[in-house]
Amino acid sequence: MAIINLKKGEVQAKIVYYGPGRGGKTTNLEYIYRKFHERIKTEMVTIKTHGDRTLFFDFLPIEIGKIKGFDIRIQLYTVPGQVKYDATRKLVLRGVDGIVFVADSLAVRRKENVLSLKNLADNLASYNKSLFDVPVVLQYNKRDLQEEGIPLLSVDTMERDLNTRLRAPSFGASALKGPNVVQTMKKIIVLTIDSLRRDLM
Amino acid sequence: MHYVFDKEQLTAIEDILERDLMDLGVHSVFLIDMAGNIVASKETGPGEHDIYSLAALAAGNFGAVSTMAKLIGEEEFSLLFHRGKKESIHFSKVTSDFLLITIFGKELSLGFLRLKVAEATEKIVAILGS
Repeated sequence: MAIINLKKGEVQAKIVYYGPGRGGKTTNLEYIYRKFHERIKTEMVTIKTHGDRTLFFDFLPIEIGKIKGFDIRIQLYTVPGQVKYDATRKLVLRGVDGIVFVADSLAVRRKENVLSLKNLADNLASYNKSLFDVPVVLQYNKRDLQEEGIPLLSVDTMERDLNTRLRAPSFGASALKGPNVVQTMKKIIVLTIDSLRRDLM
Repeated sequence: MHYVFDKEQLTAIEDILERDLMDLGVHSVFLIDMAGNIVASKETGPGEHDIYSLAALAAGNFGAVSTMAKLIGEEEFSLLFHRGKKESIHFSKVTSDFLLITIFGKELSLGFLRLKVAEATEKIVAILGS
């Protein structure tokens, strides 16, 4: 639920990184925070377990500059990916304006990707939203592991599993090393702001 | 779905935050949505708190507590308040989409604050509906 403040000339929008546990959602935000930390004036908020698993959410606010004369402030969130935290995931999804689905390219995680996408659709439905209404970008993370000989799903397979009907923009990426992390973020920001543009005219 | 606030609405809301709450001695007050975005805010000193992180956490906290209420068969809890040694924080639902968060010190009693927050809330609801 974006807030458009005509007095300050500011737009705040919420983008949530969703996906199965250990897929790289938090790593995406950590990379973005390291890359832009001179421009990001606050610390990244993380609520996690002792084992470094996200417990509630990670939060990173970013000011991206002006679009159509409005200052754009994007609030990036991640959800906890572990199956048992579904109630929490649903809470964090409230008021979402754009979604990055971070899928795990590991071959052994194929089923978890599909289940997580279904879970996302179900949780959106509880807010009377659909994956087809909200801006979505897919990220096929951990592509760097190919070099280490670890069995990965091909991008084609992941596209078939996750993107046949959705037809969302997708990027192969490595949240750990960096390729396409920023590009994923830029794409979802553009799509999200685009979806608000009627009110920015 | 999104909310658009025009200058008149925001000026009216900020006036209420200033006159009804800040003038009482409240240290900071934020009107936020349940997604964690800030609609309006007032603080005693600029940059006193990281208000964007506070808003995100407040919305998450309120959401979590509301869900717990339903799990134990309650419609909602009538009070969400955290007492600190020097600063305390009070959460109040304005409508199903908005929350009023007040941060205040020991000089204000909780009971008095709740009364004033209820009055301010009524006025804000009227503006949101306009």
